[in-house]
Amino acid sequence: MLGQKVSMENLKEMAKDIREKILIMTHNVNSGHPGGSLSLVEIMLSLYFYKIRYNPKDPNWEDRDRVVISKGHATPVVYLTLAKAGFFEEEEVMKGFRRLGYNFQGHVYTGVPGVEFSTGSLGQGLSAGIGMALAARYKNKDYNVYVILGDGEVQEGSIWEAAMFASFHKINNLCAIIDYNKIQQNGFVNEILSIEPLKDRWEAFGWNYIEIDGHNFDEIFQALDAFESSKVSGKPTVIVSNTIKGKGISFMEYNNAFHGRAPTKEELDRALQELRGGNHG
Amino acid sequence: MGDLQAKPTRDGFGEELLNLGYENENIIVLSADVEDSTRAEYFKKKFPNRFYNVGIAEQNLVGISAGLAKEGFTVFATSFAVFLTNRAYDFIRISVCYNNLNVKLCASHAGLMIGEDGATAQSLEDISIMSVLPNMRVVCPVDYIETKKITRYIAKEFGPFYMRLGRTPYPIVTSESDVFEFGKGRVLMEGEDLTIISYGVTVSESLKASEELRKEGISARVINMSTIKPFDEEIVLKSAEETGAIMVVEEHEVINGLGSMIARFLATKKPIPMEFVGVNDEFGVSGKPYELLERFGLDYKSIKEVAKRLIKRKKS
Repeated sequence: MLGQKVSMENLKEMAKDIREKILIMTHNVNSGHPGGSLSLVEIMLSLYFYKIRYNPKDPNWEDRDRVVISKGHATPVVYLTLAKAGFFEEEEVMKGFRRLGYNFQGHVYTGVPGVEFSTGSLGQGLSAGIGMALAARYKNKDYNVYVILGDGEVQEGSIWEAAMFASFHKINNLCAIIDYNKIQQNGFVNEILSIEPLKDRWEAFGWNYIEIDGHNFDEIFQALDAFESSKVSGKPTVIVSNTIKGKGISFMEYNNAFHGRAPTKEELDRALQELRGGNHG
Repeated sequence: MGDLQAKPTRDGFGEELLNLGYENENIIVLSADVEDSTRAEYFKKKFPNRFYNVGIAEQNLVGISAGLAKEGFTVFATSFAVFLTNRAYDFIRISVCYNNLNVKLCASHAGLMIGEDGATAQSLEDISIMSVLPNMRVVCPVDYIETKKITRYIAKEFGPFYMRLGRTPYPIVTSESDVFEFGKGRVLMEGEDLTIISYGVTVSESLKASEELRKEGISARVINMSTIKPFDEEIVLKSAEETGAIMVVEEHEVINGLGSMIARFLATKKPIPMEFVGVNDEFGVSGKPYELLERFGLDYKSIKEVAKRLIKRKKS
């Protein structure tokens, strides 16, 4: 079964709706990570409504593409995208997010249908993705594995252990997508510990390198297609997706305060007003 | 104890893993560049397509293992105990245990018995830190023969396991006809005055200590507790009731080892005098394996002395 395809208009509508709900759901429990979820909205929607194969009625369908969320704190956008993709009702996640008695844990958790791998300690998803990608070879399957990495996460040494392995073993069905929103918990990535030059580094590690605007659907689609067509090269692919942390809400953009803090009531109202005003869609 | 020649438990692991390789195509083995030492090499030679040396990268070793296991494979991740459990701990915790995946962490060169390499290579914390992880089960075979049975068992049983193995030849204390039962302790020598519970190489030291004690009129029961998590509560309680004193002997830090786990259990079920023989909040040092057992008070003579002290406390 192919992932559902929807019109560009629909995608933009969904993006706006997800942004609103990221703010509402984190506000409701007064916790969560809105900033790094807002930056990932277009990427997640592009995967589930443009590129990947999945079946919400059968989340473990053998031929599905695998998506590993290595930046495990991005639960708001992940759960909301999965709801839109039909894995469960959106109401459930709005009600159960980060609440006792529900599977919608603060960091991505396999108890939620459609979540492939539980994470929440950075630097682990790429290795797991490699294991899944290798498994496709053993099983003669042609699925792809997409691993969503945070930019700060790239500072973890284990990422580079995995990067070395993936190219050496020609794991071409693996696509890492770095949500390069430039901000980690305590400030700007490149002031804390620069991960640049990304292009030189990933290419030196033997990867295909693609850089895009991660809020532009067309560019994301092209990058995902370029990954597919570059599989013949035998290399794994990394897509560096330039994004804005807190995207869409003026006072949250480029503001590391919203890495791990929910908006207050006043901030929520202001943010919703901005989003509904349509200036940042 | 039989007349069989002592053999390293790692050899039993390597040989049985190879046997399993022929029987089960679903097994994949990974190593972090020490497969010659862990004996995973036996598997590698016959089944190169189902083997990876991931390089000196233990985190990636465990992470890839988790990904393969997620896809339905039975994965053996092998390295030295210190590196596998300490270096990759967070990966074991989240990628393997929290995801509850079918990864068998098989670690050789555990304990003091690695000898001359000294403190950095001597794993004295592995039992403690593996046992504290939810979903993880922890085993330490007592000898070469039992290792083969346990290797087979963990390959068949779904979920995460940690198996602790040694490099040095361990005396053979079980026989081929013994049946390994997961979660069950086994009385290797009967006794009424006290019970010595141990695992791994110190079981044979405990047996020797028990023989020596017998000459002095003390009868010490010796139990091999090769399943450490979950340990056999039934046999512990029964021995506590029947012998009234228990000592735990382990080639491991005393803090949070099997002794601590058993003490916690007995504290609420049947508090009795106990003693703990292990390494006491110290790093290891270089030396020959059996010299180190003596240096850290884990040899049969030291065990005997502690047992006598325990008997005195029991009577007072």
